[in-house]
Amino acid sequence: MSRPENVLYDEPGPRARRRALVGTVVAGLLLLGVIGLAVRKLAQEGQFDMELWGPLIDPGNESFRDVWRLLGRGLQATLISAVLAIVLSLVVGTLLGTLRLRLGRWSRMPVVGVIELLRGLPVVITIFFVWQVLPETPINVGPLPGEDGLWYLVIGLTLYNSVIIAEIIRAGVLSLPRGQGEAARAVGMTEGQVMSTVLLPQAFRTMLPALISQLVVVLKDTSLAAVLGLYLETLRRANLIAQNLDNPIQVLTVVGLMFIVINYALSRLAVWTERRVSRSGFRPEAAEAEVTAGA
Amino acid sequence: MRMKRTMAALAGATLALSLAACGDDDGGDSPATVEENPEFESGTTMAELAEAGTVTIGTKFDQPGFGLLGLGDEPEGFDVEVAKIIAGALGIAEDDIDWEESPSELREQLIEDGTVDFVVATYTINDERKQRISFAGPYYNAGQMLMVQSDNDTITGPDDLKANPDQKVCSVTGSTPAENIKQYLANADQLVLFDVYDKCADAMEDNQVQVVTTDNVILAGFVSESDGEFKLVGEQFTEEPYGIGIKKGDVEFCEFINQTLQENEDAYLEAWDSTAGQIEGTERPELPEPDPCT
Amino acid sequence: MDPVLDNLDLYWSGFLRSLGICLWGLVGSLALGTLIAAFRVSPIPSLRWFGTAWVTVIRNCPLTVVLFFFAFGFPELGINRSYYVFGVSALIVYTSPFVCEALRSGINAVSAGQAEAARAIGLTFTQSLGQVVLPQAFRTSIPPLGSVLIAMFKNAAVVGAFGVGQDLFSVGKGLANAQGYDALPVLTGVAVFYLLITLPAGAILALLERKVAIVR
Repeated sequence: MSRPENVLYDEPGPRARRRALVGTVVAGLLLLGVIGLAVRKLAQEGQFDMELWGPLIDPGNESFRDVWRLLGRGLQATLISAVLAIVLSLVVGTLLGTLRLRLGRWSRMPVVGVIELLRGLPVVITIFFVWQVLPETPINVGPLPGEDGLWYLVIGLTLYNSVIIAEIIRAGVLSLPRGQGEAARAVGMTEGQVMSTVLLPQAFRTMLPALISQLVVVLKDTSLAAVLGLYLETLRRANLIAQNLDNPIQVLTVVGLMFIVINYALSRLAVWTERRVSRSGFRPEAAEAEVTAGA
Repeated sequence: MRMKRTMAALAGATLALSLAACGDDDGGDSPATVEENPEFESGTTMAELAEAGTVTIGTKFDQPGFGLLGLGDEPEGFDVEVAKIIAGALGIAEDDIDWEESPSELREQLIEDGTVDFVVATYTINDERKQRISFAGPYYNAGQMLMVQSDNDTITGPDDLKANPDQKVCSVTGSTPAENIKQYLANADQLVLFDVYDKCADAMEDNQVQVVTTDNVILAGFVSESDGEFKLVGEQFTEEPYGIGIKKGDVEFCEFINQTLQENEDAYLEAWDSTAGQIEGTERPELPEPDPCT
Repeated sequence: MDPVLDNLDLYWSGFLRSLGICLWGLVGSLALGTLIAAFRVSPIPSLRWFGTAWVTVIRNCPLTVVLFFFAFGFPELGINRSYYVFGVSALIVYTSPFVCEALRSGINAVSAGQAEAARAIGLTFTQSLGQVVLPQAFRTSIPPLGSVLIAMFKNAAVVGAFGVGQDLFSVGKGLANAQGYDALPVLTGVAVFYLLITLPAGAILALLERKVAIVR
């Protein structure tokens, strides 16, 4: 990323600049044409009518307040579930990650098995599984605050993301210089102390960007609840609003923008943190491949 | 299945619009009357609920016409109104009702563990479900019907299908309606299967298929959307009686619900007219005879 | 009465259907992702701008929103396709920015000398990109590209859950809900079949990495 992208072509001379200009104009016109066609189609189908947009953008519209109150509740639900899931994943993930690091070759097999299993399963299936199977077990989420659906979603997301975080943590610890652990042991710390007071704090620091990126993934994944019809988060709210007002394109555009703005801000935060972290020492290389994929 | 039905209903554009128009303010325009201090034998579910003054009712949140969460964050629809009639007879006003979303996957579960006091949620009565819960009602008979193009005079009901094997019938892969229709067909080739009903409706518009079959409620949505291009023909040839789910074996509550519906037939019809009845092509139902309570 | 073994044929056809979604997604997202990557490194600013916008917007949007746009938005414009087509299209569009970025990281890792040498012998931008840089970039991109594609395979389940019908998720849901089998064994069956897609994919990837990846 550090090198300029124009290794592929020279600093353009006059002819190349002219060609580039022509190319720019042609490509720009083509793009504009495609966008224009799309806009025309939308206009033809009456998708710019205020009847459809009004409830979302016109404060004078009779549904405006209701719609935004519902979207606000949806957003709140999305954020609550995402934060709960990431916090729980962090706790469980740290436990799993350190367990995997500290157990011997054979005794860590079950942990590795669980991690590989949960990592290989689509998270939508994990959530559906939790939702369908948990009520038939003695585990009851009823006493927990919030709706049942919230907890099925949070537990499902936690199962998936905690193993991802376990791997991030493990990579983080392994990326530390060996001397850190050796020195800590040399001054007489127990294995537990080495992990919790020397290795983990440093690993967390280097892993912070990766963890923030994972929050983006979790935020996006909360909307899987809308596919399953499990919990009234933003997208499900949007869907129900669109069923009431018959304006799916408009509502989805607004909700899409909400997600994009939040996630873009988080991604910038991750990049910013990464710069700060890497400037001050360790490089969180190992985690990168893990988070690019997303979900 | 539930998901698909929602999609089909969602495509029923005018339907959602007309419903939204009539359900925005739930400021007590419900046809249900609220009894004042009704008397019940102590120890019954009715006495408990009347005493508590609140009730938790399960319904769908995404089934237009029956139970759809409206912009006021309260569900609206026929099921919801029926539930209000029952709550009213218990002396519980609609403001004191807690609505709990009850998707198809969880209805029995919610009744069994007491999360809800009863469920009104396009809940078809069948023996398998009766093993876990009991049903009051039925309060509505949904059923499978046929939809054809308005100028189609060949097909007037399912019995015409065998004699006209060139009339292709469309339904959704793996669905109950697809299974049900097979006995009426001349051969297997007469049945065309898609993954969603929208596809069937489109295919009929292009004359690739001539008949679409599924629940009357879904078909009514397509008919209303088609601006007179499609029509429903014949009678409902299957019965999907919608019941009210209650705790297994609560005979007294079941009888109370049945009696309440019988006594409030006017409110029942009004409930229909103000909700699902707004969908063009739906017929005002008669209140079905209740099944015996067990 | 074992719910999985009794319905093994259903599971198998569901598996094939899900695999089909994965493969269409694979071909489509590689193609679209490569195109967007080419846009992003091209000398033409408007294309670069478009590529950047595409990546920023779609990468931050949940798959479900993209999916709903296809499934609920397009019919409003009079564009009707089966949910299978809509679902696969949404999966391709959603995955394309991730493929693009994986490839771009590979392009950036191709040493500058390669591109310079290509230009020095007079290759044009398209030639040097297509014959010198991209072939190397693909190999360098294999690890990140692999994790993107495995994530895509898992996302195929979202398309299934949405209601494509007959895929693994629908089979499990149908057995557990409509036919009243116990959810635990039914869904365990679904999980096992899904692992039959993701685990071998992971293994193939690891193999590829060892065989062709360029370690720098």
